[in-house]
Amino acid sequence: MIDHLIQHRGGWLKGVGPNADIVISSRIRLARNIEGVPFPHWAKKPEAEHVLTLTKAVFEKTPLFKDSLYVRLDDMDSIDKQFLVERHLMSNEHAVRSAQKAVLINGEETVAVMVNEEDHLRIQAMTSGFDLEATWRTINAIDDAFAANLSYAFKPEWGFLTACPTNTGTGMRGSVMLHLPALVMIRQINRVLEAIAKLSFTTRGLYGEGTQASGNFFQISNQVSLGQREEEILDNIKGVIAQIIEHEEKARQALLSDHREMLEDRIWRSYGTLKNAHIISSNETVELLSMLRLGHDLGIVKGLNAALINELFILTQPAHLQKIEKKKLTANERDVKRAEIIREKLEVLS
Amino acid sequence: MLCNLCQKNPATVHLTEIVDDQMSELHLCDDCARKKSIQMEQQFGLSDLLGGLVEYGKQLSGTEKAPAVLQCPACGLTYEDFRKIGRLGCSECYTSFSKQLGTLLKRIHGANQHVGKMLATAAPSGPAPVPGPVPDARPTKTVDIAQLKAKLQEAVRQEEFEEAAHLRDLIKEMENRKKGSQKEKP
Repeated sequence: MIDHLIQHRGGWLKGVGPNADIVISSRIRLARNIEGVPFPHWAKKPEAEHVLTLTKAVFEKTPLFKDSLYVRLDDMDSIDKQFLVERHLMSNEHAVRSAQKAVLINGEETVAVMVNEEDHLRIQAMTSGFDLEATWRTINAIDDAFAANLSYAFKPEWGFLTACPTNTGTGMRGSVMLHLPALVMIRQINRVLEAIAKLSFTTRGLYGEGTQASGNFFQISNQVSLGQREEEILDNIKGVIAQIIEHEEKARQALLSDHREMLEDRIWRSYGTLKNAHIISSNETVELLSMLRLGHDLGIVKGLNAALINELFILTQPAHLQKIEKKKLTANERDVKRAEIIREKLEVLS
Repeated sequence: MLCNLCQKNPATVHLTEIVDDQMSELHLCDDCARKKSIQMEQQFGLSDLLGGLVEYGKQLSGTEKAPAVLQCPACGLTYEDFRKIGRLGCSECYTSFSKQLGTLLKRIHGANQHVGKMLATAAPSGPAPVPGPVPDARPTKTVDIAQLKAKLQEAVRQEEFEEAAHLRDLIKEMENRKKGSQKEKP
């Protein structure tokens, strides 16, 4: 059912858009619930089924989702579920407890809607590069289309009502995925992250809530969802991100002028390992690809393209490898297959 | 470098901790890092945080004593449940626990007045008729059940039996819940 996705590259991975050398993607999610039906964790089976039926009918008549994929999670095996998590189309939480849950994904893989996750609807829109405005326009239109056909849980004084009061109000979380290798290398990243926390923003790893930052990737998002307009919240995020981008750019320039040999050595060694390794773990892959991406962004390694490097991040993850091989692989087998795919993809370029 | 904890596997996760300007580093292998992160999560979950905020609110207001059982009549969730799991039961809980939540929302967000998108502006200007209740007319529980019963009849008429079965279960569930919550009322 989802096998065709392996041939597809998600629209948010194109490696284009404003500040694409530092900002991988911009995403916004909205939490929405249906009036009068208990929230997913508290709903009985028939109530949760009712939400699935109601929302599916609405998805079917929303023109934006004409070429989309709708799957119930209890119809999927664990590799398929993990595959969607690796593509950032749903949360790990959604995959783990899958009864009465579904996910809707548009053809471009830039919009995904989780049904019966923490809230009845978790709508998510993603764009390549630093562009929260475009992302907001997309998601706002989808939200309007849903609101016309569903009775949303809403109170004028508190806004959209969500299962967890940390999301009440706009129900919105805007987040930006950043690649900050230079700030990590010059050991300034902790100072940056501490400052962000003081301004009530949160930092997460590659896969959102509960994940650690790895391979120099950081996801920064707003914490407050009540008492500010959506545009204000997004403006605040934009302000903070613009500053972090500036710091990262300065750090990159400092490395280039003061430690050029060390930097070039790390980048070329990473490229060398990726092109030649026959066994490679996913952690090592993320670290080395991060260096390669930096080499490409600084013009040190020529002939690469950001979209290919982004694609390698996705393709080399465990469930992706198993979808490519069309069978279950042990950790050792995956390390071998991963190295093979990286060699093949990079071979084409040299 | 070997893992600082087990001293057996190579360290792949590197943590830097800053306490009172003192920086310490911890180098862990995959397994130990996973154990450590689970430990940390258990020590400090979201529900603890929320529970803490609620408790803090109580201490501040001093004399306020919570009623024996504060319960949402629509879904049956008690305020005690909310404190334990950190999640509300349904949108009606916001009315049932409005006093407590007003304080809590203020603590979390620094504000308790929504100024963002309103539902009314979300309505389309297009010619398509909007089914269901108008946003302003808040349907009561009884209206909901009556609507579902009408839908059930329609589903049976259209021979959409899967949908009908599901509506039937839903109505049963809602009626049971209603009975339950009426019984528990003092």
